Formats: sequence, structure tokens, C-alpha cells
Amino acid sequence: MSLLVDKVTKRFDRFAALNDVSFEAPKGAFVALLGPSGSGKTTLLRILGGLEFADTGRVSHENEDWLAKPARDRRAGFVFQQYALFRHMTVEKNIAFGLEVRPRKIRPSRAEIARRVKDLLSLVQLDDLSRRYPSQLSGGQRQRVALARALAIEPRMLLLDEPFGALDAKVRKDLRHWLRSLHERLGLTTIFVTHDQEEALELADLVAVMNKGRIEQIAPPQELRDHPATPFVADFLGQGSEQQAAVIPLRPRVR
Amino acid sequence: MPRRATEDSLATRLTVTIMSIAFIVLFLLMPLITVFTQALAQGWQAALAALKEPDAWYAIKLTLFVAAIAVPLNAVFGVAASWAIAKFDFWGKGFLVTLIDLPFSVSPVISGLVYVLIFGMAGWFGPWLRDHDIKIVFALPGIVLATMFVTFPFVARELIPLMEDQGREEEEAAVSLGASGFSTFWRVTLPNIKWGLLYGVLLCNARAMGEFGAVSVVSGHIRGQTDTMPLQVEVLYNDYQFVGAFAVASLLALLALVTLTLKSFLEWRYADEIAAAHRH
Repeated sequence: MSLLVDKVTKRFDRFAALNDVSFEAPKGAFVALLGPSGSGKTTLLRILGGLEFADTGRVSHENEDWLAKPARDRRAGFVFQQYALFRHMTVEKNIAFGLEVRPRKIRPSRAEIARRVKDLLSLVQLDDLSRRYPSQLSGGQRQRVALARALAIEPRMLLLDEPFGALDAKVRKDLRHWLRSLHERLGLTTIFVTHDQEEALELADLVAVMNKGRIEQIAPPQELRDHPATPFVADFLGQGSEQQAAVIPLRPRVR
Repeated sequence: MPRRATEDSLATRLTVTIMSIAFIVLFLLMPLITVFTQALAQGWQAALAALKEPDAWYAIKLTLFVAAIAVPLNAVFGVAASWAIAKFDFWGKGFLVTLIDLPFSVSPVISGLVYVLIFGMAGWFGPWLRDHDIKIVFALPGIVLATMFVTFPFVARELIPLMEDQGREEEEAAVSLGASGFSTFWRVTLPNIKWGLLYGVLLCNARAMGEFGAVSVVSGHIRGQTDTMPLQVEVLYNDYQFVGAFAVASLLALLALVTLTLKSFLEWRYADEIAAAHRH
């Protein structure tokens, strides 16, 4: 197994955000962390990215003690829900950031950085927008810049927090297919957080259904549909999309 | 003109407008004009000569020197304090925020007095400082300390809301992309706050050069040694040297005008960038 999460627990004050969470995923898997807000999915993602620290438990990735590495050494490409693009930098500067901050010894030459930025821009289909600032882009374009920026560091794992959360329905569908095909091309272990069960079931190889800081069940989409392990899973997946439309806009964004 | 739902009657609007204009003219514009007319009452030459007078000239240099030390230090401390407050959670944070506001709420005279009580002859460290031949009160170090105390909040107050508004995500993104703490600060945090920092520094500078109360207490009023520009204005005025007093005063007023002009110009010139720094 490439990624192994073992009994991870995390509390904020007295609230247990993660309670004894364990799962494993093979190399190149596309894993969805699915659950209602407050279920701990974003906390788990942030722990994998090194932005939050687990109280107890272990994580190993490609036989390395993942939690012992500081965030900056993990090369985990993290895409934030609100993108967190550097607002004072152009698109190309944003994408080049991860390469330009490398220590001189391992920093690519200026020409090499420019070449890679150009490749990434065409990969995310934003060739013409390299000189724009984030505030001049649409939500979908910002999303792709954030992805290109994360990919620039040649990440060992890709972590996406509600990657389609801030986009409207049409753009969301298009990006979903594009992301799936990108994943197949790159073969990177990818973990994404979502509260949209349709999105999770359609995109992921493995779906981890989370509730109150625990993983209720982790399985391929088909198995999840056919054999839900707990009443919660059955209930959560059973929600029709018409109910969901009524529920989602009311959910507060939880950090 | 299009009509608005909130529009009041003509009489109300006229009254309010006239009242505010009258207020501004009477209380803000007239004194400013008086300062300049008094300074130039005996012509350019007289005003210029008054500024070149050794004590006045020394006061100008001393003021610039004090600001040149106090303002950069306050800029550094202000950035450090706002960074800590806006980007980290720690115990006692609310107390620290209140503490930063202290110089605004305490009378400047008290601020000066505190330094006299600590470093003065009869103060805690007085005898020790005398034995080691170190002068703080009634000397340059005291003036710098008092000025720094009074002007500390300007930079921090400008930056804390801005940095809190911007959140931590960009810094988190930088770290996840492999940036060191220093790189993150230098390439992400600092560029995002540069306009706020500039405002804070401008305001801080204006106040540092203009501070009277606190400096008055610690300076000891030694002419040609510890009199800064505002103190020199008082000295000259009390000596009935009105041209000299108003010449120095108009220099201070000019500084305020330059500060405001510069601020407005920057706001106009970089409106887009400033808006982008606030947008999320």
C-alpha cells in the first residue's frame, strides 16, 4: 500500500475532529473523503498536507514516516477550497512559486522554470492568461491555476479541498471530467474532500464515507452502493439529488 | 440628477452642507492659513532666516534624526506584532491587542513621565545610569523612546485588520509549495501588506515629527540640544519671536500636507492593487 493512515486522532479543544481514523490506498488511487460538514474530512486532508498536526496515530507514504516531515518537505500538492492564489502575483508567477523558492542547489534554471510554467499552462488550458492577476480570473480559471501551481512542484500526492465547491453547476461538471482524465494521465495518488456524494461516486476509485470524525466505510463506489456497511452510509448515499439541492446552500463552510 | 429614495428636502441638505463647510473652514482651514500667513508676515527672507537660526536649524535636524530612528523601528515592531496577532493563535492575544492601543488612550504627558520615573535621577535606574555615565532622560535616547512609545500603534493598527482580513491560506499555500518561513514572509506576507505598511509608516512619521507632550516631558528643553521642532515652536512663541515660531510651525504643517497628499496620491494611483489586497 502506498498510503497508510493508522489510528489518527485530532481534537480541537474538547471537540474530536478525528477519532481513530485508519485507511489505506494503493499508489495512484483517486480517493474521495465524503461526509457532511463537521465530519472531519478537511481536517484529515490538512493533516496529510502538514497544515494540521495529528494528536496521535501514524501515516506512512511509500514507506516513509509522513507525519515526521514538515509540510514544506512533503511535496504534497495542496489545492485550497478558496484557491489561496497569491493575489499580488500574475498567473505565471503563481505557478512558478514552488520552483522559485527552492534552495539554489536544486532550483531549476530560469529558462527551465519558464518552460515548465508554459507546459503547465497548456495542461490546464490557460495559455493566454499567464500575465493576468487572480482577481481578473473566473472561479473555474482560478481553480485551474491553483491546480497548476500545485502540480509545478512535481507533487508526490495531490490533496484537493472541495475542489468544485465554489463553482457553479455547469463548470463543476466540466471540470470533474477534466480532473478525472488528468488524474489518469498523471497517475498521482489523489485525495479530495467533498460533501457531494454524486461527485464522490462518479470520480473516485475509493470513497471514504466520514461521520463525526470516523470513517464509516471505505470502498469502491459500486460496493458502497450495493453494500452500505452502516445505516449512516445507506442514509447519506440514499439522499436524492433533489433533497441535496435544498441542503447544500445552508451548510456553513467549516474549517 | 436621478432621484434617490433616501433624498431629503433641499433645506435639510443645504443646512447640513453649509454647517460642515463652515466647520471645516473655521476649525481646520483657518488655523492652517494663519500659520502660513504669520510665518510670511515679514516676507520670505525673514521666515527663511528664522529657520536658519542655529537653534531652529538644530531643532529641525534633531526632529529628522529622531524620526529616522523611531519610525523604522516602529515599522519593524509593528509588522512583527500584527503578524503575530493576525496569523497565530496564542494565549493572551486579546490583552496584547489592548496593549498596542495603550499609547492612544494614555495622555502623551503620562507616557513621557513614565520614562522620567524609570530612567530619571530619582527613578528606578537613575543612580545606576549616572554611575555608568549613561544619559537617557533630558537627552536624545529619552526623546527617541518617548516618540516611539507614542507612535507605536500607527503601523500595527493599520496592519492588524488588513492581515486578519487576508487570512492565513496564502501562507499555508506557500509552505505547502516548499517555501521556508523567511521566503513565505518575504514573498507572500510582505507584498500583500505593502500599501497598508506604507500608510502606517507615513502616519507614524507625521506624528513622530509632531509629537509635543511626551517629548516635552523627557527633553528638559535644553535649547540647541534637546529641543525638537514642536518644542522650538513653543520656545520661540514664548520669546515673542512670532515669525520664527510660525516659520518652524509652517514647516511642520507642510509636512502634514505632504503626508496627506502622498497618501491620497498613492490611493489614487494604486487603487486597483489596494482593492485586490483586500479582496478574497
